[in-house]
Amino acid sequence: MSQPDGRELAARLRDRDLAAAPAVLNLVETRTGAARAQAAELLAALSPAALGGEAKAHIVGVTGPPGAGKSMLLSQLLAAWRSRGQSVAVLAIDPSSRRSGGSLLGDRVRIESDPADGSVFVRSMAAGNRLGGLAPATRTAAAALAVAFDVVVIETVGVGQSETEVAEVADTVAVAVQPGAGDVLQFLKAGIMEVPDVLVVTKADLGRIAQRTHADLRAALSALGARETAVVAVSSVPPPVGFDELLAALDEHRRRLDLRARRLGARRAQALSEFATEHGERGLRALGGPRGAQRLLASLDPGLDVPALERALERRANDDRSVPDQPIG
Amino acid sequence: MTSPRLPEPDRPWLMRTYAGHSDAKRSNELYRRNLAKGQTGLSVAFDLPTQTGYDPDHELARGEVGKVGVSIAHRGDMATLLDGIPLEQMNTSMTINATAAWLLSLYIVAAEEQSPPTPESALQGTTQNDILKEYLSRGTYAFPPGPSLRLVADTIAYTVTRIPRWNPINICSYHLQEAGATPVQEIAFALANAIAVLDAVRDRVEPSLMGEVFGRISFFVNAGVRFVEEHAKLRAMAALWDELGRDRYGVADPAQRRFRYGVQVNSLGLTEAQPENNVYRICLEALGVTLGRDARARALQLPAWNEALGLPRPWDQQWSLRLQQILAYETDLLEYPDIFEGSKVMEALVAELAAGARAELERIAERGGAVEAVDYMKAALVESQRARWRRIESGEQTVVGMNRFQESEPSPLTAGADGGILVVDPSVERERCDAIEAWRAGRDQQAVAAWRASRDQAAVADALEQLGRVARDPGQSIMPASIAAARAGATTGEWAQALRDSFGEYRGPTGIGETAAPAGQDLAELRDEVERVSEALGRRLKLLVGKPGLDGHSNGAEQVAVRARDAGMDVVYEGIRLTPRQIATSAAHEGVHVVGLSILSGSHGELIPAVLEALREAGAGEVPVVVGGIIPEADAAALRDAGVAAVYTPKDWDLNRMIGDIVALVAERNSVPA
Repeated sequence: MSQPDGRELAARLRDRDLAAAPAVLNLVETRTGAARAQAAELLAALSPAALGGEAKAHIVGVTGPPGAGKSMLLSQLLAAWRSRGQSVAVLAIDPSSRRSGGSLLGDRVRIESDPADGSVFVRSMAAGNRLGGLAPATRTAAAALAVAFDVVVIETVGVGQSETEVAEVADTVAVAVQPGAGDVLQFLKAGIMEVPDVLVVTKADLGRIAQRTHADLRAALSALGARETAVVAVSSVPPPVGFDELLAALDEHRRRLDLRARRLGARRAQALSEFATEHGERGLRALGGPRGAQRLLASLDPGLDVPALERALERRANDDRSVPDQPIG
Repeated sequence: MTSPRLPEPDRPWLMRTYAGHSDAKRSNELYRRNLAKGQTGLSVAFDLPTQTGYDPDHELARGEVGKVGVSIAHRGDMATLLDGIPLEQMNTSMTINATAAWLLSLYIVAAEEQSPPTPESALQGTTQNDILKEYLSRGTYAFPPGPSLRLVADTIAYTVTRIPRWNPINICSYHLQEAGATPVQEIAFALANAIAVLDAVRDRVEPSLMGEVFGRISFFVNAGVRFVEEHAKLRAMAALWDELGRDRYGVADPAQRRFRYGVQVNSLGLTEAQPENNVYRICLEALGVTLGRDARARALQLPAWNEALGLPRPWDQQWSLRLQQILAYETDLLEYPDIFEGSKVMEALVAELAAGARAELERIAERGGAVEAVDYMKAALVESQRARWRRIESGEQTVVGMNRFQESEPSPLTAGADGGILVVDPSVERERCDAIEAWRAGRDQQAVAAWRASRDQAAVADALEQLGRVARDPGQSIMPASIAAARAGATTGEWAQALRDSFGEYRGPTGIGETAAPAGQDLAELRDEVERVSEALGRRLKLLVGKPGLDGHSNGAEQVAVRARDAGMDVVYEGIRLTPRQIATSAAHEGVHVVGLSILSGSHGELIPAVLEALREAGAGEVPVVVGGIIPEADAAALRDAGVAAVYTPKDWDLNRMIGDIVALVAERNSVPA
């Protein structure tokens, strides 16, 4: 298969050519050497330095336990964003089978949209071997699509782990909570999960049990001192309620956010994570452990793209390895 | 010594043959001919758009209008269908589920508008009206489970008080077995379904009417070739039904607690290989539901021996009817009381199945009942079907002529020019059919548009608004508002849309997400190949499994999706009822390497080319497409000419081989060396 040209795709994204999205995803998911080189070209051409600032999209992470109503939530949010004239890309992450490596996609979360609407892009991605986490190409895809789309949604399943990884790439993280299901509440209180930016109580039409969940979450947040986290109740049973409020909460979080700092943090986290995947513990040790790596990253140009940061880490690690840190026995 | 015989032999069960017809006017002519011969019952099959609540001009109706039954879009169509037929004397059976409340409303309005008019209280007939099995296997649902069940309860409550001779519901376990249900699952899921319905009705009628309601509920079951166990299954169902009526609903009259059921025997086990053997299978299955008097079917319908090959000819259907007649009139079957009474084996089998069903019913109850457990039941069926298929593939379960004793002399039954099935001349006749089809679809579309233009728009708008208000208030019955909308001239699509607006859109569970991934020794080779090709491609081989159109028979698509996942592919499957454009958009967005389409409704000639066209428009024209379904060879050739890479039919039962083919196809198209 001939590899698409990374620079050319970048130019299309910068021109907000949304039809480039499938080819971009195919490229960043392909792990051959040639494809990775082209993906690096793509990201270099879309780096903050090249763009003259951060990509404009609002990158929103949506996560929550199975059955929490994420299909409904995303379908309604999609409709709301579209009615404001915003283009939306959704990256839905599905777990892979550890036995076969295969996965079933598109079934768990089904998002209603008009197939003729060219301003909506929905792609499911298999998580691969990453438990509860993001597909390897998700961060890259989100960064690239954020140049062309107004909103980029990253959807994952799970609670306790997934929102942590999503938080490393999204500007705003929303966690969906089903009324009466105690897991999110327990995990919040126990500190197993990080406090999200927005909590969404789904199925508000259930009435009292939903109100109770809403109140419990507020109490827990206030005990944790996290008063800035919005808690919004929504229902998709006609007429849908709560989505204007939810949209406002997401917008408000994005408005208050130091976007530059958050995106920079995300790029550094991704560079470190990719480096660790590629070079393992030994590579990290060569950088003086995670802290050493962080220090190095902090010293680099904040406008660099992820592959550039990764290359810098590799250069340093190789320099260190040229002088063996342990006597050879 | 007392005689082992009955004083008088029993009367035979009702013998039915299945016959479909397509268009309102022609159906009406057929009904009137049969009426002249003394027939007193009508059986109405509706097309898929009518069954799922779409007008003939809706995008999803494309290729389906008038296909598997008659298209009824408004009271005018219903009046044409019933023209000249005195409804007071008629017993009308309607195979209709999601939109049953609407078709019943149209029937009531047609009766009151006839001359002379028939009051609703005098109407007799049946609406199938079993929505839960639509989520589990048949696929013609329209609304979410909760509101759908409420519609079922509304029609039952309405008919019990207003149309006392109407059978408002026929609970179908037939489709569950076709979807893979074990005997225990068939019993338990059907009864759980009945409980959900009865509980919902209990909130809507006077307590004194519950016995009447209970007595009105009938079943439509399946019977497979393990006929001893199948007979025990029916006895177990009868016992559990009696117990349920007495204990849960306090029905005192034993007559109201009798388990009433009709049967269509199994099509799932009929083979394309050595199809003559199917005659024996059908005979044994018929025995299973007639042998014991205490659990004998009220009505029986047999498939034809060549169903897996294509459309049966009239002679094939006659052959199946003769089987029933020999059983009833030549054998001594009907001369005895129950021949299993006192049989220890039968008793123990019944006890075992009943215990299994009770445990399963408990699991469903723990989930909050059948409505809440739809996902659970669907996943369980997919799992059972998969287990069954693997047993056949591994040879653990014998299917004579298919996976064992395959050697065969040439069969004279299929040696004729027609290959032993009803053959439509591939060129001339096909074109004619297509032309008629196109004309009919166009005419229906124009007719519905003309209808909409001709009526009192304000009255229709008011009626639909009122319908929406009633729908949003679960305390009210949908029936009076539906009847008012029917009178005002609303269409099937408008009625359903008003309810979709009130209840929300719904996509049923596919059941595949929960299936376990097996260790699968037999898959090792296939997995290695998927891994190798994926490695060469640079990313994991990705397949989209799509079901275009309104056909809800999803077993095949689900099994292929699960097996492909188990072989290591990334599989995109979004369920049934997708437009060609939705499938094409998904294929393009998802960046799949290959698309697999499944169609069993006979609409492949129209829908597959539409998907190919949509793929080209979506910029994914180079993605190879394979097709599976009941597709005659002449049609398969036409599809290949149109650009389809491969066509699979029931004879391709070895799923691993099919998946292997698909991997090879992707490798070839992407220049991956073998």
